[in-house]
Amino acid sequence: MSESNSVGIVKAQVAHFTQPLTLKSGAVLPQYHLTYETYGELNAAKNNAVLICHALSGNHHVAGRYSPDDKYPGWWDNLIGPGKPLDTNKFFVIGLNNLGGCHGSSGPSSVDPLTDKPYSATFPVVTVEDWVESQARLLDYLGIDQLAAVIGGSLGGMQALHWNIVYPERVRHAFVIASAPNLTAQNMAFNEVARQAIITDPEFFDGDYYNHGTVPRRGLRIARMLGHITYLSDDVMGEKFGRKLRHGDVKYSFDVEFEMESYLRYQGDKFAGEFDANTYLRMTRALDYFDPALDYDGDLSKALRRAQAKFVVISFTTDWRFSPARSREIVKALLDNALPVKYAEVTSDHGHDAFLMPDPYYHNIMRAYLEQIKV
Amino acid sequence: MTNVNITNIRPDFALITNWVNAKAKVLDLGCGDGTLLTHLHETLETTGYGIEKDDSNWLAALKNGVDVIQMNLEEGLSGFEDQSFDTVILSQTLQAMHNTESIVQEMLRVGREVIVTFPNFGYWRNRMQITFGTMPVSKSLPYQWYDTPNVHLCTINDFDDFCVQHQIQVIERKVITGGQDIHILPNLMGNLAMYRLRKHGA
Repeated sequence: MSESNSVGIVKAQVAHFTQPLTLKSGAVLPQYHLTYETYGELNAAKNNAVLICHALSGNHHVAGRYSPDDKYPGWWDNLIGPGKPLDTNKFFVIGLNNLGGCHGSSGPSSVDPLTDKPYSATFPVVTVEDWVESQARLLDYLGIDQLAAVIGGSLGGMQALHWNIVYPERVRHAFVIASAPNLTAQNMAFNEVARQAIITDPEFFDGDYYNHGTVPRRGLRIARMLGHITYLSDDVMGEKFGRKLRHGDVKYSFDVEFEMESYLRYQGDKFAGEFDANTYLRMTRALDYFDPALDYDGDLSKALRRAQAKFVVISFTTDWRFSPARSREIVKALLDNALPVKYAEVTSDHGHDAFLMPDPYYHNIMRAYLEQIKV
Repeated sequence: MTNVNITNIRPDFALITNWVNAKAKVLDLGCGDGTLLTHLHETLETTGYGIEKDDSNWLAALKNGVDVIQMNLEEGLSGFEDQSFDTVILSQTLQAMHNTESIVQEMLRVGREVIVTFPNFGYWRNRMQITFGTMPVSKSLPYQWYDTPNVHLCTINDFDDFCVQHQIQVIERKVITGGQDIHILPNLMGNLAMYRLRKHGA
């Protein structure tokens, strides 16, 4: 496989923090660790750092592979690498696993050093605000005062936006992609169904399944299947699967009959085998709770009054989970503050998933803008 | 911003510059590759945004350093607050709009002043072609009848009437042909019409 523009073989690192972190809920994490990866080199001026904020099921493994026979590269490998739109010859790129995650950072499935057992259900509910705070501490740890850019899609876009509310002086450019200033009731409803699928799984044991030797696979699987329906557009589902039958003709059974069912079951099974249910609950809650305008009389423009970054906001035409109209709300708040903003509405069939696809127009935008950033 | 050679500026762009105040906040509707905004920024230190629907134009505007918003003008300017810009510009796009009336009203809502330019359908060369039985095709109307984006062509007299009917004050009007000012029989001799407008009583 020719991968001349890959970041190559990468290795995750762990940063330990002993300064207690008071969360938005009031709960306190006396100590915690964050797992992260970096690509490229931090320059002498330390002004070329780019933070990637991940979405619901993402993590710190953003680009590259862990070994040459690694089947899949990091989740945003098509964007990041030498010569790619986010060029690691120029930028120092940081990906981390957010608090509460299940890929190496402190979270429900990690071991609580105070008890030597998994935190399990006792791991507190975390929010976008908490993540940004912990990300800021990671930057301190890495000796970075200011980011050249913070980039995030979906839930990651919410973090990118929030950076500008709490640490405006630490961000020069912010990319808010396929995101929203808060979730709609319908969006939260999907999250609630997903959580109910997990919580009512008999193997869940109130979140303490690690100590019962079980995994609430059924619930996670259904949660993921539901998620996948909402990440795709009706059109792309129709194009990809239509009414295609798995076995040529119907069997009058409840086994896999249609190709679409096969896809959803595959995605559900895969996810249930590698993701932690307690983390899924917390990630969806972080989405639900995010509403930066709430503390500013419901006025997002007021919430962003202190922002000073240059913004790139991107939405995708068939994304109905985070529709272009939601991105335009963000754009309006930026316009109200006379902030520099570029807003693109990318024509794509791929629904919410489009932000992870290498659409030429989308990637040209990323490339052209990132090339202009001076480091 | 990228350097734009002034000699390459479209004559109407050069004239628009005279109607914009230094350091004004400008909104350019259908900004194309951002040439006008870049020019205004360089000559008058203006700030502001462009609106562009087309992907390749949008990308070109981004590369020119313009803050460009991708949206369809036919849907109005709902993301923009009342009177939030000093000048809103629509250059040679009015004739291709479907919601012509509403976009002019929207511009007057968002901008304290509005600049509109359009090809004058009453220009004698256009009239000649009609007289001889064909739809006009020229440098300013370069399309065939079957592939034109222009759906609302008008004459200078038509637009003057429009302004009266809609209580729009014409602060200044300029009519040009080949870069030259036209003062005599503008609706016959003028190729391009330029209007500087505001709401009556504003």
